[in-house]
Amino acid sequence: MSLGIAEVAKIAHLARLAIRKEDAPAYAHNLSAILELVEQMNAVDTTGVTPMAHPLDMAQRLRMDVVSEANQRELFQAIAPRVEAGLYLVPKVIE
Amino acid sequence: MMEWETVIGLEIHAQLATKSKIFSGAAIAYGAEPNTQACAIDLGMPGVLPVLNQDAVRMAAMLGLAIGAQVAHRSVFARKNYFYPDLPKGYQISQYELPVVQGGHLTVDLEDGSSKVIGITRAHLEEDAGKSLHEDFQGLSGIDLNRAGTPLLEIVSEPEMRSAKEAVAYMKKLHQLVVYLGICDGNMQEGSFRCDANVSVRRKGAPQFGTRAEIKNLNSFRFVERAIDFEVERQIDLIESGHKVVQETRLYDPDKGETRSMRSKEEANDYRYFPDPDLLPLIVDEAFIEAARAALPELPDAKKQRFAEQYGLSGYDAGVLTVSRELAAFYETVVASLGSEPKLCANWVMGDFSAFLNKENREIADSPVNAEQLAGLLRRIQDRTISGKLAKDVFEAMWAGEGDADTVIEKRGLRQITDTSAIEKVIDDVMAASPDQLAQYRAGKDKLFGFFVGQVMKLSKGKANPQQVNDLLMEKLKG
Amino acid sequence: MHKKTIAQLSAGLAAGEFSSEALTRAFLERVERFNPQLNAFITLTAESALIQARAADERRRQGAAGPLTGVPIVHKDIFCTQGVRTSCGSRILDRFIAPYNATVVEKFNAAGAVMLGKTNMDEFAMGSSNETSFYGPVRNPWDLDAVPGGSSGGSAAAVAARLTPGATGTDTGGSIRQPAALCGITGIKPTYGRVSRWGMIAYASSLDQGGPMARTAEDCALLLAAMAGFDPRDSTCVDRPVPDYAALLDQPLTGLKVGLPKEYFGEGLDSAVAQVVEEAIAEYRRLGAEIVEISLPNSHLAIPAYYVVAPAECSSNLARIDGVRYGHRCENPKDLQDLYTRSRAEGFGAEVQRRILVGTFALSAGYYDAYYLKAQQIRRLISDDFRRAFDQVDVIMGPTSPTVAFNLGEKVDDPITMYLSDIYTIAVNLAGLPGLSLPVGFVGQRPVGLQLIGNYFAEDRLLNVAHRYQQVTDWHSRAPAAFA
Ligand SMILES: [Mg+2]
Ligand SMILES: [Zn+2]
Repeated sequence: MSLGIAEVAKIAHLARLAIRKEDAPAYAHNLSAILELVEQMNAVDTTGVTPMAHPLDMAQRLRMDVVSEANQRELFQAIAPRVEAGLYLVPKVIE
Repeated sequence: MMEWETVIGLEIHAQLATKSKIFSGAAIAYGAEPNTQACAIDLGMPGVLPVLNQDAVRMAAMLGLAIGAQVAHRSVFARKNYFYPDLPKGYQISQYELPVVQGGHLTVDLEDGSSKVIGITRAHLEEDAGKSLHEDFQGLSGIDLNRAGTPLLEIVSEPEMRSAKEAVAYMKKLHQLVVYLGICDGNMQEGSFRCDANVSVRRKGAPQFGTRAEIKNLNSFRFVERAIDFEVERQIDLIESGHKVVQETRLYDPDKGETRSMRSKEEANDYRYFPDPDLLPLIVDEAFIEAARAALPELPDAKKQRFAEQYGLSGYDAGVLTVSRELAAFYETVVASLGSEPKLCANWVMGDFSAFLNKENREIADSPVNAEQLAGLLRRIQDRTISGKLAKDVFEAMWAGEGDADTVIEKRGLRQITDTSAIEKVIDDVMAASPDQLAQYRAGKDKLFGFFVGQVMKLSKGKANPQQVNDLLMEKLKG
Repeated sequence: MHKKTIAQLSAGLAAGEFSSEALTRAFLERVERFNPQLNAFITLTAESALIQARAADERRRQGAAGPLTGVPIVHKDIFCTQGVRTSCGSRILDRFIAPYNATVVEKFNAAGAVMLGKTNMDEFAMGSSNETSFYGPVRNPWDLDAVPGGSSGGSAAAVAARLTPGATGTDTGGSIRQPAALCGITGIKPTYGRVSRWGMIAYASSLDQGGPMARTAEDCALLLAAMAGFDPRDSTCVDRPVPDYAALLDQPLTGLKVGLPKEYFGEGLDSAVAQVVEEAIAEYRRLGAEIVEISLPNSHLAIPAYYVVAPAECSSNLARIDGVRYGHRCENPKDLQDLYTRSRAEGFGAEVQRRILVGTFALSAGYYDAYYLKAQQIRRLISDDFRRAFDQVDVIMGPTSPTVAFNLGEKVDDPITMYLSDIYTIAVNLAGLPGLSLPVGFVGQRPVGLQLIGNYFAEDRLLNVAHRYQQVTDWHSRAPAAFA
């Protein structure tokens, strides 16, 4: 599948990546090449093959319902771009 | 209006009553300082990994068993990808294709006394998001991630409700159930039990559903009813005026009593679900299910039926008394303690006791009168120590902390007078003090009998046994 | 001292021939002297290294030293280190001071190992040449014009240049084995689930696995014993005892059944590399191994499947880095979308953005089945190929990489050609199997690696098979002249 500039823009928006106009053609070219590479998969009929999401055939382990984490807000917020009154600040969220 | 049919399906998020989060060991106490209950996992720090809370799974299984659903042997956690500041990882861990609870139903009692079975499609485990606070921080929003990672059970109904009232009845029934099961505290103000309503309308008899709108985050029964009613009317108006309903997410504004479009959620809701590679399939084996089954309490419907049969109560009384596990347990303790007269017990528990609780907005757990004490009061009615009327005063005194029934009766000298000679003495005094009335009565003015009863009760400060007063007066007034 | 292996250093420390402090100083001096040519480090932690070294010496005096107590190592900058920058080779985490340690780091700390610093890597482990790093490329100690391989290129170069006796790496599609091969050292990617991923910044969660890199299989055995084991904080970590790898190194290879997948010796393999690999296989024959040809018929689909699965997972894994709670935030975001899109576009490099976009596309509505689901089915076929192969043989052998190290800049503008350098390593990650690369010769100045692939949890066997070869050959003890 070959991706055009508009499609790249749509995917970039889903991925929240600001792609500069002048870079868009290169992305479209590279992404199309990668898709062409992966489409080699289509040569194989996989009807009835169980998808493998994980290399281990194991069950999810369960933890006991115990509070094990203490408050470390100061430590965590020491590396935050912007905080106030214990809150992370971002441009206004519109609902 | 008659030609339209409303179709409602509800997605209810019940916050599970665990101590720690669904995938981390952070606490989930409500109302903590912002971001003090968000650990590295809840914050979506790089390199952190989720591990599933066993109790969240147990609680989901309990709900599944209680609604007659299939508790899936194998279920899968997926990632629902979208960017939002209250969603730290950029995805919500939720169950998508294979939920842990599949199928099930709930029988709902409607206002007209009939009942209706509502199908439940599925219930799945997922994590809650944090909160955006819009108070002014120089025009910015503040993000509190304490709630992020709180375990939720999303319970999805079939689109089988046909009115806002049915929807509310279903929601109330489910609310009662999850609280009964002890898997949710049911606190709607704190958001522990909230509802998304999918609403559409169609002309009666139409084979297909109309286009639906999803109203998000309704956190009271009243709001659910009003929001649905508003939405139904809005949709009918749209169609009747030649417009189309668009599929969208809407928000209910309780101040204006209307729903409005939530534009932010509209654009590009391509969630790119895929199995979460940090989590393995959840395998729930028979032993786990049996342990969950063993932990099930008696369920509301069964309890109601048993109350009616065992205590000879009406369906209505049995329903009121089993509305919560606490009230039902309280009632049963009163009955057991008194040892008889379940109807008398029911009247008192549903009557004065509930009225006092409501008036003071108290929980049963912090009622000043416990079940044994209430039974102690009823025993004094039963053995005629006090009259039912005086018992109300005694109860009020007990509630005010004046001690148990016997103490109050003793302290206030309320013990009923049953000694015939003592009552006769009072009657003699009354007759001596009211010669005119006595003469009129004897002349045939029967109505004055009540006057004499009143005077005797007044003089005995209400303590004379009413039946004996009646009998003796009848005798003495004859002369 | 820098010429000694970990096993030798451990013995020297135990015998009191030198202190950990002296050893640490010696390596720090070498780093100081040689790193400017190699750019193998992102962060040096000289001060804390000396503190750890003195603590290790003290521990030894108290008689509580283990085999790694006082031994210097380096960590790939993908492992979170508390209080120390953990950049993952990216601008977006350039100022990220991790608030916790990765389990692997904790385990090495508990063993008393000394961390010299954090090594350079391809950004978020996406790359095969170390050229995608925000901190600039790493150079190959054997030839400074050549790449060291990637993504664990800094670790590989540091070990090869004797700036550290051992290192940690991670391997999602070959990121331990390929740089080990290109730098002439030994590295093992364990079975998926053998080593905890807690605190290891995720690229593709169902493929990532941490492992050791050192000069010899024996050293890898010592390091792996410290790294491996159950971790309650990682749901995908396996609760299974860790064998005494060092004690199992000397088992004879007589009767060992070695499979050579015919698909690994065909078109695309450099003929000079093929010749070196065949000589190594001949050596195994002399050691008593029985060599048979096998087939892994779906090998050619490994790269296509990988470039769906890995980008899909990474597109989701890297969504958390959004400029809200940590990491780079753009200047003066005009609204929320601007904050997200600009912070991420400024913070992530081109290759990372490419993979995020591919993954986003592969999971998006209408394409999921054709790409993501298809890739998961292919993954099953590839895994089944290996299952069948291990019914016949004990170990699979072949080249680690189709070529020796290529020149810096040679493939940087052509992602597809770059991807093909992992053609023999990627299938192992898709199946979750253990794989090891060991040095078996040179083409010109540049080293050649032999890849060993084992059955699930057969790390002990792989280390044993590599060790026996290293007992009778000396490729692993050669040093690049400029860093000898
Ligand atoms: Mg929903
Ligand atoms: Zn939900």
